[in-house]
Amino acid sequence: MIQYIIRRFLYALPLLLGVNILTFVLFFIVNTPDDIARMQLGQKHVTEQAIDKWKQQRGYDLPLLVNDKAQGTDKLTQTIFYQKSVGLFMFRFGNSDSGRNILADIKQRMWPSLAIALPTLLVGLSVNISVALLMVLFRSTRLEFVMIVSCVVLMSISSLFYIIGGQFLLGKLLQLAPISGYGYGWDVLKFLILPVMIGIVSGIGTGSRWYRALFLEEVEKDYVRTARAKGLSETQVLFKHVLQNALIPILTGVVVVLPLLFMGSLIMESFFSIPGLGSYTIDAIQRQDFAIVRSMVFLGSVLYIFGLLLTDISYTLVDPRVRLS
Amino acid sequence: MYLSKLYGLLLICSLLLLGCGDTPLNNPYAESEQNQSIQYRSFSERPKHMDPAVSYSSNEYELIGQIYEPPLQYHYLDRPYRLIPLTAAKMPETRYLDGQGKIINGSGNSNDIAFTEYEIELQKGILYQPHPALAQDQNDYRYHNLQADELEHMTQLSDFSETGTRELVAEDYVYQIKRMVHPNIHSPIAELMKQYIVGLDEFAKQVATVDLQTFRALPISGVQVLDRYRYRIRIRGKYPQFKFWLAMPFFAPMPWEADVFYNQSGLTDNNISLDWYPIGTGPYMLEENNPNRRMVMARNPNFHDEYYPSTGEPEDADNGLLADAGKKLPFIDKAIFILEKENIPYWNKFLQGYYDMSGIASDSFDQAVQFSGDGLVELTPSMLKKQIKLQTAVTASISYIGFNMLDAVVGGTGQDARLLRRAISIAIDYEEYISIFTNGRGVAAQGILPPGIYGYELGEAGINTYLYDWVNGHAKRKSIDAAVSLMEQAGYAKGIDPRTGEPLILYLDTPASGPDSRARLNWYRKQFNKLGIQLVIRGTDYNRFQQKMRSGNAQIFMWGWNADYPDPENFFFLLYGPNGKVKNSGENAVNYQSPEFDRLFEQMRNMDNGPERLLLIQQLQQIIRQDAPWIFGYYPKAFSLYHHWFHNLKPNLMANNKLKYTRIDIEQRQIARQQWNQPVLWPLALVVILLILIVLQVLRVQRQRSRETIK
Repeated sequence: MIQYIIRRFLYALPLLLGVNILTFVLFFIVNTPDDIARMQLGQKHVTEQAIDKWKQQRGYDLPLLVNDKAQGTDKLTQTIFYQKSVGLFMFRFGNSDSGRNILADIKQRMWPSLAIALPTLLVGLSVNISVALLMVLFRSTRLEFVMIVSCVVLMSISSLFYIIGGQFLLGKLLQLAPISGYGYGWDVLKFLILPVMIGIVSGIGTGSRWYRALFLEEVEKDYVRTARAKGLSETQVLFKHVLQNALIPILTGVVVVLPLLFMGSLIMESFFSIPGLGSYTIDAIQRQDFAIVRSMVFLGSVLYIFGLLLTDISYTLVDPRVRLS
Repeated sequence: MYLSKLYGLLLICSLLLLGCGDTPLNNPYAESEQNQSIQYRSFSERPKHMDPAVSYSSNEYELIGQIYEPPLQYHYLDRPYRLIPLTAAKMPETRYLDGQGKIINGSGNSNDIAFTEYEIELQKGILYQPHPALAQDQNDYRYHNLQADELEHMTQLSDFSETGTRELVAEDYVYQIKRMVHPNIHSPIAELMKQYIVGLDEFAKQVATVDLQTFRALPISGVQVLDRYRYRIRIRGKYPQFKFWLAMPFFAPMPWEADVFYNQSGLTDNNISLDWYPIGTGPYMLEENNPNRRMVMARNPNFHDEYYPSTGEPEDADNGLLADAGKKLPFIDKAIFILEKENIPYWNKFLQGYYDMSGIASDSFDQAVQFSGDGLVELTPSMLKKQIKLQTAVTASISYIGFNMLDAVVGGTGQDARLLRRAISIAIDYEEYISIFTNGRGVAAQGILPPGIYGYELGEAGINTYLYDWVNGHAKRKSIDAAVSLMEQAGYAKGIDPRTGEPLILYLDTPASGPDSRARLNWYRKQFNKLGIQLVIRGTDYNRFQQKMRSGNAQIFMWGWNADYPDPENFFFLLYGPNGKVKNSGENAVNYQSPEFDRLFEQMRNMDNGPERLLLIQQLQQIIRQDAPWIFGYYPKAFSLYHHWFHNLKPNLMANNKLKYTRIDIEQRQIARQQWNQPVLWPLALVVILLILIVLQVLRVQRQRSRETIK
């Protein structure tokens, strides 16, 4: 397994390099180093000298990808791309274009993102599995039909509608929770109610239908028929046998998203004014802060690759037939 | 049966728990805050800089204006805007010198004035806020030489257990002027100030490579510390507007200790910097800076004596603005600025009483404001029911359309192009624009100067006679026929370009290209179409737009200007030839060049306000109205709402330090919040009961089905 992990790690390097090049090219198609400098220095009374000085201090005065004036390897290393990328692979994110330490910011902002994402995932998972089991339990009945239709309706609604609707209903109309904001310590709980609830409800449609499909596939298998033939009740069959066997794809689906929970939700954090990493990335894009954008894209890619690796490992743990080679 | 009774009991208990307590369930603030004099405000974008040498945005000034104290400030109530001392003991003494350094009379010919000197004397006994940079330990600074192990756990300023203070001295102001040109600081006004402050340019070259300590010790020839409380600034020529700069945070004091403290590398790595944690002498200090969530300004315990003004405009007493006259400032203990990125939650929280004041976004405009039969703005019944108050003020800014004067078709000072520009100026009906797109929040501009700026004229004397007629006591835009006739005179009869025989095609460059702007841009197309001109919209991102402006590749564009200070010079300089954007990267975005305008402007800018200056301003207005390098769009009007418990709020578009004058009646606020935020619990109970019923029903059906199977 260790060999497999090392191999996956080595595969990840060119992948990350590719992502980094793509981010770099996309960013600099839209923005020039001059634009970044102007964004940081403001609009009024900014002179060319001030812009040049700013670029020089932050290494934006170099050519983008190839330095024609340099010799040998300096042609590639004396460029913005090289200077800004090499640290990433050692997780040295450096300072943002506005001068703040990115790693310190990430450490601070990942917790609010996690505070929303983790309960949403865990409670959402339980709710979705329960609803899916209920649908399977009452399969081919009117109840199942009503539940499927409800799921389709829930799936069809935009996530933005859930957020605005939730804020309107629970925050404004019923006045049961703060409309937006974030707190410290236990105070944070009252701010989590609404976004977590919205996250769960908005995910019920998709999640339940997916899990239902997994359970239905299992329900038709021979071992289930055998269990029924043994005289087990339908509830026992579902909870003891079907659920256990269907957990493999569920687990792998969950494991892959676990590392990404830190990255936060862009829209949710914006609407609820949650100081997480989702809004950090959006703000950086709006401010043309390349240092943050590349760091967050890089971190997202690393976490995604790590998630995939975890999924593979989790397969071997829950299914002894799977071997990593 | 037993189970269902238990569930019922649990439900009732939960609902009782939810309903008890004084704090409404939707209260986003800690319960301990409800009886404190705290003002709650919001912000949507985190301030980029809080270093007074760098900061230059209104959202940043809203914060640092309460912390840093330049020597001068604007009188809170008096109009027109008037400068008064803040930390200065009196207004600066000004003297004028000729080339030989001899004192001369400033009211004479400004060409004779080689230098102007401002001597500023500070009040004694002003102290800095408590700050770790000033903490001393046996005659040495406690935190100026931090070791790695000490720095390890320092993630915010409050982690430093000790603080100290010291008296404000003249050297702090001089040090701040030096900081403006420090190579690491990037002050946006450094280049501008180098042109005025004697010796600053030379000083900048000298300090390009020196360390902080040496930098502090080096002198600037034009800025001198005279004694502990007095300093003098010498500027080139006569520049009366310089005193306005002395009321801006750029000229606020900075203790050298702050730079020594913050420049320790471990602190920078932990994001503890001057750009994040300011240090000042103002009424408030930044107690918590987490702009990803909130920023908390707490009362500075060392704040010097300052009192609420006793004079104002005649109507101020009737409006209750003099009720606190002579009382010691500030009134509010804390101001909490909370991040709200989206307008919907922000607006709803204002209506719930969780924000003390609010602007009006376009999507909540109809909910807040309506127009009476005679066109007056008034609050809607729902706002009046909550005793919400409305305040409006025409801002010291202008939104305009510019013609690139370097362009072959619309530019130049030739008569044809001038007539074409005037025709378009008539055709674009800004009264209609204001009514449709800004909900009436604007005043159609008659010239470059907005109301409140010296030289702005009301009534018939102030109208742009090229575009308006004075009819029945009102300015009336000339008819489209007048514009069509101008088009004919310009050689574009019926909008046909004689060179092509086709309708004249003009190009509007704009960074506004999203779906929200579509209606607005279509409206512009229709306005041009009135003259038979085809308007092509060239939408682009803001970076490209700016690039086009710098290179002079835009033909027609929309832009605006917010005044730095209340002086006509700060508007007319936008059309001053040597400030051309293409040639000199200046603020003259249309690259307008008129020798007569430039000559009069050079005369006007150095004059003190008076009849002679007013005459020059009128002449300048006349020239640009005739040449029409801009379509003078409109002066935006700011609408703000505030609750009845919020007192002493008067629009002051120049002052940055308004927080100290405002007062909150916390009792009234508490009562209103309780009334407006009673939780509605029955739907929650209904949902819980419904869920229990569903679970019970499912269990019952399942039991039934099991029995059926057994049968």
